[in-house]
Amino acid sequence: MNTASATQDEHEIEHDHKPKGLMRWVLTTNHKDIGSLYLMFSFLMFLVGGAMAMVIRAELYQPGLQIVEPNFFNQMTTVHGLIMVFGAVMPAFTGLANWLIPMMIGAPDMALPRMNNWSFWILPMAFSILLASLFMEGGGPNFGWTFYAPLSTTYSPDSTALFVFAVHIMGISSILGAINVVVTIVNMRAPGMTYMKMPLFVWTWLITAFLLIAVMPVLAATVTMVLTDKYFGTSFFAAAGGGDPVLFQHIFWFFGHPEVYIMILPSFGIISAIIPAFSRKKLFGYSSMVYATASIALLSFLVWAHHMFTTGMPVAAELFFMYCTMLISVPTGVKVFNWVATMWRGSLTFETPMLFAIAFIVLFTIGGFSGLMLAITPVDFQYHDTYFVVAHFHYVLVTGAIFSIMAACYYWLPKWTGHMYDERLGKMHFWASVISVNVLFFPMHFLGLAGMPRRVPDYALQFADFNQLVSIGGFAFGLSQLIFLVVLIKCARGGKKAPAKPWEGSEGLEWNMPSPAPYHSHTTPPEIK
Amino acid sequence: MAQQQTTNYYVPAQSYWPIVGAIGLLFIAIGAGTTVQQIGSEASSGSWMLTIGIVIIIAMMFGWFNDVIVESDKGLYSAQMDRSFRQGMSWFIFSEVMFFAAFFGALFYVRTIAIPWLGGASNNVMTGQILWPDFEAVWPLVTTPAGDTTTAMGWQGLPLANTIILLTSSITLHIAHKGLEENNRKKLTALLAITVLLGVAFLVLQAEEYVEAYRHMGLTLSAGVYGNTFFLLTGFHGMHVTIGTIMLFVMLWRVLKGHFTPERHFAFQATSWYWHFVDVVWLGLFFFVYIL
Ligand code: HEM
Ligand SMILES: [Cu+2]
Repeated sequence: MNTASATQDEHEIEHDHKPKGLMRWVLTTNHKDIGSLYLMFSFLMFLVGGAMAMVIRAELYQPGLQIVEPNFFNQMTTVHGLIMVFGAVMPAFTGLANWLIPMMIGAPDMALPRMNNWSFWILPMAFSILLASLFMEGGGPNFGWTFYAPLSTTYSPDSTALFVFAVHIMGISSILGAINVVVTIVNMRAPGMTYMKMPLFVWTWLITAFLLIAVMPVLAATVTMVLTDKYFGTSFFAAAGGGDPVLFQHIFWFFGHPEVYIMILPSFGIISAIIPAFSRKKLFGYSSMVYATASIALLSFLVWAHHMFTTGMPVAAELFFMYCTMLISVPTGVKVFNWVATMWRGSLTFETPMLFAIAFIVLFTIGGFSGLMLAITPVDFQYHDTYFVVAHFHYVLVTGAIFSIMAACYYWLPKWTGHMYDERLGKMHFWASVISVNVLFFPMHFLGLAGMPRRVPDYALQFADFNQLVSIGGFAFGLSQLIFLVVLIKCARGGKKAPAKPWEGSEGLEWNMPSPAPYHSHTTPPEIK
Repeated sequence: MAQQQTTNYYVPAQSYWPIVGAIGLLFIAIGAGTTVQQIGSEASSGSWMLTIGIVIIIAMMFGWFNDVIVESDKGLYSAQMDRSFRQGMSWFIFSEVMFFAAFFGALFYVRTIAIPWLGGASNNVMTGQILWPDFEAVWPLVTTPAGDTTTAMGWQGLPLANTIILLTSSITLHIAHKGLEENNRKKLTALLAITVLLGVAFLVLQAEEYVEAYRHMGLTLSAGVYGNTFFLLTGFHGMHVTIGTIMLFVMLWRVLKGHFTPERHFAFQATSWYWHFVDVVWLGLFFFVYIL
């Protein structure tokens, strides 16, 4: 390995002249630049989507209508969901993939660097359109991030056409990005980097990218049918013409369920890197992790109708989807077991990345359990479309996906910037987040069980106390993220110099490179032991 | 991975084309959305923006592909780069397959579930009786529950002719490819030209079929779910044939300019994959939309 890093340094001197100025970012073909762009864009969207969540929680602080109109409230829930899913979580993972995958597999860059730039720059365009539609006559999308027909067809605002085409180009961006990831992993590994030697982050992204290429086109087809139903007189989702609104839900969730795994599989890879590093032990059960990820991905194509238990499907279908859904928790359980087994008798230390990773394991598991409850058809009849579902998916997405992204940022920041982040502020960010996030989402379980429906701007009086608590948690969580912003800015501008390998127990090719990583990764392939 | 040469992978320097492409897509998305909103009104700002967007994208493709051709001619690309391109194209075609799969899925769902249920099957007896007691659950759905009527398109005649045309074109393209690999430029040029003509012929007949459907059969895009699935499936397929024919035409033009060698012809290969894919989709259409 020493020889590899020596040549690396020589090349650094030759190649490390970065282009300067704004155009560097606009024209770049460099995987690190593009990774940074994705991450910065994602953080911006996280703040924008977060601001909308603050509007929602402010309105729900008390029963009755105080601050916004119901129609605007609906636009806030809709655009909050769309932005967090497609603008914050997915681009953050793509940014991490861009930064890390070439370094981890010993490749000089992504396989198709120009296309990589294109994938990124489509995103700001798509979200500008989406956000601009909020200011149009009749308002922006107000039919929920799931845009069920007929809400998105018969009853939708005039701006729906723009929503449709914004989703189209954001889909193009995701598909091109995913193709780039697959091709990079399949074709660009350094000699000796066999599939079963790849870090799990690479593995989970390979499978995620496959899911993306498989289901983003289905989303494109769905929005297309919404478009023709609304504007061209088709009746895919209208019974009078021979169609069926339930058909919408089938097609949407055929995309939608794999989509939720798209937002969690890369997290599994991140956690599988961080837990061993701070336990100073090898990951327990590497190959079972790979197989578990693959089986989760395959099963995710067979469970979509667990979102539709109350639509009146035949009993056989209800049972099929119930059992398949429960089956998914088996490989998920394998993963949680492996992480815990990795920590068992390790020499643990609790730096910020590790804190977020441990919180991920505990809180994601809570989300998994509530998912299991929802998967039981007869009880889902009660929980469906209540705050219980909202609690479930925020546990898996906020304390799951987003916590893992934060863990990843803390873990790899020294490699990206060449500086250590401020550990004291990092810990503050962690504790503020982990406490407030539970105040925010845990009471939602009870609100849901007691019957409070989701997506309402007003509610019955008996829910007032819990909603107040939830809103306070929400504001606190929102404010806590400003600490994160400070940490990131401080770390980018300076701080203690980071060594090549700041974490004693970490493993992987990226830690053999100097910090900050040179502008061009492995220009000659490293040697793999 | 010992057989894979990993050194000297060409990483292009900065490029203008991607950002041009992103701006093109911005125009297309706003333009298309606005065009749709402006249906039935005098305003035409949407179609202008859409046109500008399409022009930008076409310019981007010329510029971008030209850069690639120049780099390839300079010998900057390795076998590994070629694999990247090929794998990228294969995955792109897979994503297209999934796009069509969604529409086929809608077709199957409507035929096997939605329409029988509207007719009272499964646990929907009362729905059928109360909402639309006269509704007949048949496929093709010539009378919708609301009472709109249409006629079904037969598979004989134009569709059958088009099937033969597309199948033939796949064979001629394959022979053209063989010609390229044998460095038989005459064979390559002639058969590629025939393939382009067959593609055009397909499109002409398809247009005739649409005219026939709209003028004489009352079969329109909004004629209930039969017309919906018919036009969306054949329409998106026709769009892909159009793109494929343009791609083939560009290949023909490049062949005439002396491009491609038996060893290096990724663009030709990709076009031919794309064409075969379009052909296979048509077979699915012919069976499930026309015959069955
Ligand atoms: C053990 C694994 C899981 C099970 C058994 C499960 C089960 C379910 C079920 C049955 C529902 C539908 C509830 C209803 O609408 O009545 C649901 C909703 C949802 N789940 Fe999960 N889930 C699991 C993991 C996840 C993960 C990992 C994610 C994302 C990272 C996720 C994201 C969501 C989302 C976003 C919704 C709500 C969609 C909506 O209606 O807006 N779930 N889950
Ligand atoms: Cu699901």
